[in-house]
This record gives sequence, structure tokens and C-alpha cells, in this order.
Amino acid sequence: MDWKRFSFIFLIIVVLFGVVVAIGQVKSSPIVIITSMLATTIAFATPLTLGALAGVFCERSGVTNIGIEGMMLSSAFFGWLAAIYMYHVFEFPVGISITVGALFAVLFGMLMGLLLAVLSITYKVDQIIGGTVINILAVGLTGFLNRQLFFGKGSVFEGSVPNSPGVLPAIHVPITEIFSPVCNAATDCLQVLASINKVFDQKPIAISAILLVFIAHYVLFYTRWGLRTRAVGEHPKAADTVGINVIRMRYANVMIGGALAGLAGAYFTIESVPSFEPLLTNGRGFISLAAMIFGNWTPIGSWTAALVFGASQALNINMQLFRDVIPPQLAFLQQSYVVGLVPYILTMIILTGIIGRTTPPAADGIPYEK
Amino acid sequence: MQVDTTSNLPPKSFLNAALDAIRIPLLAILTAVVLGGIIIAIVGGNPFLAYAGLIQGSFGSAKALSETAVWATPYIFAGLAVALAFKGGLFNIGAEGQLALGAVFSALIGYALPEWLGVDIPFIIHLPLTIIIGMTAGMIWASIVGFLKAYTGGHEVINTIMMNYIALNTISFLLNGPMKDRNPDNVIARTPLIAESARMPEIFEGFRIHWGFILALLVAFFIWWLLNKTTLGFEIRTVGANPDAAKYAGVNVKRTIIVTMALSGMLAGMAGALEVTGLNFRHELGFSIGYGFDAIAIALLGKSHPLGVVLASILFAAMRNGATRMQFLTQLPVDLISVLQALILLFVAADAIIRYIYRIKSKGERVVLTRGWGG
Repeated sequence: MDWKRFSFIFLIIVVLFGVVVAIGQVKSSPIVIITSMLATTIAFATPLTLGALAGVFCERSGVTNIGIEGMMLSSAFFGWLAAIYMYHVFEFPVGISITVGALFAVLFGMLMGLLLAVLSITYKVDQIIGGTVINILAVGLTGFLNRQLFFGKGSVFEGSVPNSPGVLPAIHVPITEIFSPVCNAATDCLQVLASINKVFDQKPIAISAILLVFIAHYVLFYTRWGLRTRAVGEHPKAADTVGINVIRMRYANVMIGGALAGLAGAYFTIESVPSFEPLLTNGRGFISLAAMIFGNWTPIGSWTAALVFGASQALNINMQLFRDVIPPQLAFLQQSYVVGLVPYILTMIILTGIIGRTTPPAADGIPYEK
Repeated sequence: MQVDTTSNLPPKSFLNAALDAIRIPLLAILTAVVLGGIIIAIVGGNPFLAYAGLIQGSFGSAKALSETAVWATPYIFAGLAVALAFKGGLFNIGAEGQLALGAVFSALIGYALPEWLGVDIPFIIHLPLTIIIGMTAGMIWASIVGFLKAYTGGHEVINTIMMNYIALNTISFLLNGPMKDRNPDNVIARTPLIAESARMPEIFEGFRIHWGFILALLVAFFIWWLLNKTTLGFEIRTVGANPDAAKYAGVNVKRTIIVTMALSGMLAGMAGALEVTGLNFRHELGFSIGYGFDAIAIALLGKSHPLGVVLASILFAAMRNGATRMQFLTQLPVDLISVLQALILLFVAADAIIRYIYRIKSKGERVVLTRGWGG
């Protein structure tokens, strides 16, 4: 990440936060707004971060993955389905059911990764078409099963969608407890502490997404595996000559990518809300790709870009919260359709490269032939 | 990705060439149908009854045929839109947004223009104008992506999808707000009905098939002619096959990219305009969902050839249309069709699998379809 893109990200985040603070200040104090924006930004950035990491692993090894959207969508569905089956049919307790649901989502993502690998590495299908096949398959499969399994003839659920066992709970970080003596029981100070605490009380997938950013950074740039992955994505022939198995490296990395996209899918139905609806990913797989491109195919760069998109979604939510105090000359901010456009327009601006052009791995998208 | 090397093969008769071209798609359809049958059996349905329902519902009666043509009309236009972009080396995933925008603008001209002018507009002016505005809306929408691709290198795949979401959000806003049907009984996000003078006449009384279908066939022929018999078509194909070679041959690559996207968006916009003027006489939110992906499948199945696109459109239309009958006979959800279409696309895209199953030798030709982030 060069300074230009870093400062662009910083600027956008400051602007997005600034707008919310400026409008919401009649209702609550800036520190409360900023911390709550931060908390939602991190939560919303989770699937984008994981999706971008999925893209980084696939593309660093030389496979373009446009199917992240479909991988997320199908994993979200199958993870949710697994949780429901565990809870309602096999009658496991809630905690086990949703954990199995999350694991199942990751596993299914991996399976979709395998499909992409078979198509693009073994059968050398045009990789963008291969990804599109996955996207279309995911829409068809989830739409069909969503109806067939709950409303079809002989369904165990007999025509109603059962309640999902629930969502993953937030993990409490005892900041308030540790620092409260500093406050000397002053109410203001305690309130600030409580709102700061909210930023750190994230749910498991959100936390693992951030950990995975740094793990991925370490793996890609400081391990033999990472060096080989990058070699295969930059110059497969040279890698092959020194004895690296190009095909195997690509398969492994695309499946790792699939697993990450699967975890992103789990975010939607296991961590965020306990329900599934068709097309729920809403383009976030593609936004992840834009984050990856803007982050120059690096984990940390992609993560900061994902935070920008998270912040622009947090803006939309907060504008709805502060609906009644939006001044009339800014009435357009009340329309969630209008504010909802921000991430999409940002994506397009980023892709123009006016904030610094990035370079994909040299062999990205090219099937390897000996 | 390399260019074809078929030039040293012996010349083939037209019939042989045609058979060769449709062999893989036909086998892909066959394989998908067999696999789909297995899926139907697994979920507890009767595959034979399901397929019988599909065929009956799509070709079984005059009414069924008319409905198949109704479904096929937007498919042909949207499929041609994607196919034309493929020929120019561009992947237009945004047909859905372009189509929706075309429909909205034609609806606007259809219902509001007489009010704005305060006079009745004669049919001979109002109808063509309504269609042209819809086409233009789709064209402008897609040209933005073409411009970004040509001058900044922003990849069209992500940009067309972003433009889809922007279009759909904007349309949600319009149909829930300024353009909403003011009829007090109406709770749906839709426009008012368009004026009589903007509606296409019926072909046969009592059937919904409209002139749009005939127009679709004519436009398919026109696109074939454009691609194969004109300088512009040659330029589009050259840029698609090899932009560097095109540049050295004196083709203005940037301009050609923009023109290709513009034409592609125009076709998608026309699909929307004809749905409004020929069929629904208004635009309703959510009507356009799914056309973008279906159009990609159709273009790939039809191998980006206009005739192939027409045939693939009729197949997809038949499946969509017959699905209701299938659901009636077997209680299988209509969404099964999407799975079947995804399987067809899978096998068409991965023709190596089909070649492997049916032991067909590859002739070593590779057609360039899309390009990575750098191109």
C-alpha cells in the first residue's frame, strides 16, 4: 500500500464518519457515534474482508475468481441449512448446531473452490466464465432447494421455514471492567468506556476475519508455501522448472480461497441474521474483488479497502437511525436507495485507477500448460 | 489464450460445419437433462413426468407456443447483447440493469410524454419514440462502462455489475416515489400504464405474442450482417480476437470498445422497451431480475452466433414457460429450471468434460472470450 491509496482510504472514512457525526450530534455525543460507527464498520467489513482474502489466495496462485459471490451465497445457504437440520431434525443444542453450521459453510465453500479448480485448472475453462458458472449455479441451487426442502412434497418441515437456532454471540472483551477504576465513578467517563467496549465486542467470524488478514499476510510473504504460491501465480513455468507442482499449488490455494469465501457466507446466516433469503449476498462478492484489486492483491491492503466499504454500509444504517434529524436540504440522505449507492460508486471510482493503479499477478487467469 | 489455428484444415461443406458447431451444445443439453433428471429423482419427483410437463407447457398448444415466443423475445435481445460484447472481447454481465433502465425510460415516455405535451401523440410517432428512448437509456448506461474500460482500464465485469446495482437502486427509488402508479388501489412499485398510442398492436387476437418477437428475429439477422459483412463488425471482431493486432492494423481500439458496449447496451435496452410496449404496458419492480445471468447462459450456449442465440433463447424460453405446467404435474418448484440452466451452462463452458464423456477429439482451437484484470 502506497501513501496515495492509504490517504484516500483515510479520507473517505473520515468523510463518511464526519457526515454521520455532523447529522447525529443533536441526538448523541460524537464519541458514541464514532464508536458505534466503528463497531458496525468492522462487522459489515467482515464478509468483504474474507471475500477479498479468498480472492488474494486464488489470484496470487494464478486463478481469477469471479465466483466469490456464488461461493458466499451457496455457503450461506448450506451453512444455515446444516444448522437448521442439526437443531430441528437431530435435536442438538443451539451452540453445537450453529458451530456445525459455520463449519459446514466453510466446507461447502471449499467444495465450490474445488469445482472452480476442476473447471479452470484441469479443464482450462475460461476462468471468468468458470466463475460465472459458479455464480449462476449458486443462484439456481439455493433458490431451488430453499423452496423444495421446506415446501416440497414429503418435506420434514411440512411447508414452513423453521426458526434457525440463532446467531453466534459476541465475545465480550472486559475493557469496561478493567478501566473503570480510572473513571472514579464519573458517569460520562463510564459511558465513553462502555461505547469503546462496543467496538471490541465483536462476533467470532468478525474477529477471525481480522486474525486471518494477518495470518494470510504472514503465510503469503514469510513462508515457503507463500513464496511458492506467488511463484506459481507470477511465472508458473519457472516454478515448474525448480520442481514446484504448479497444478497442486493452484488446487490447494483455490480451495483455501473457497473455504474463506465459505466463512464469509457463514457470516450472513450464522453470525449476522438467523435467516436466509434468495440473493442475500447482494453483490458483496464482487465488491470484495474490488477491495482485493484496490489492495493490490495483498491481505492488509484488501482489508483496509474492505473497511471503506464497511464504513459506507454503516453510513446507510446510521442515516436510517438519524432519519428524523436530517436537515431538509439534505433530504436525499433519508433515502436508503440513494445512500445505498455509495459502495457501488466507490467501487467504480477505485477501479478507474485514478487513486493509483495496481498490478495483478502476471499469470493471473492463464491456465498452465506444460 | 490463443487464436484459432483452423486455417490449415480442409474446407468443409456448410452442413458439416453446422453439425460440428451444434454437436457440443446439443450434447451439453442432453447431459444436463440427464443430470437434472437424477436431481429430480433424488428430491422425490418423477423426471419423465417433469420433462413431459415441460414440453407440453412450452410447445403443446397454440397458446403454449405463443407464450414461449413471448418469453423468447427479451431473451433474444439480451442474449444478442451479451454475444455481441463477447465478439468484441468484452463480458457484459450488466444486461439486467441495461434492460431494466430501458424499460423504465420507455415506460416514462409511454405514459408521461402525452401529459407533458398536453396533446395526444399519434401512434406512428409515439411508439417508435418510446422504443428509441428505451434503447438509448440502455446504450448510455453501457457506454459508461465501455468508456471506463477504454480510458481507465476499469474491468467491465465488476463495473457492469456495479452499474446493475446502481440501476436497480435508482429504479426502486423511482418506482416507489416519483414514477409510482398513483392509482389509489395500487400498492405495488410500478409505473402507470402507458398510453394506447405507445402500445404495439396485437398479431393474433387473444394471444400475447407480439411484434417484438418478429423484430427480435430481424435484429438477430441484422447483428449477423453487422458482425460479418461490415467494417465495424470486422473491427469489433478484430479487437475481440487480439487488441494489439487490431491496433497495428489501424483500428481505433478505444473507440471500438465504447461502440461495442454501446451497441450491446442498446440491444439490452431494446429488450426492456419491447417488454413495456408489447407486453406489460408498464414497468414493475423486480421484473428484470435474472435476465442478466440467463442472457450470459444463452450467449454461451449459442456460441455467440446470432442464430445460435435465437435457438438457445427459444430453448430457455420453453423451459421457463413449461415450468408452470411441470410444477402443476409434479409439484416441483419452478426454480428447478435455474438448476437445469446452470448445468447446461456448466457443460457448454467446460466443453472438455463433454468431449471427454463422448470421446470427441478437440481440434485445438481456442476461442478468446474474456480477458483478465490487466487486459
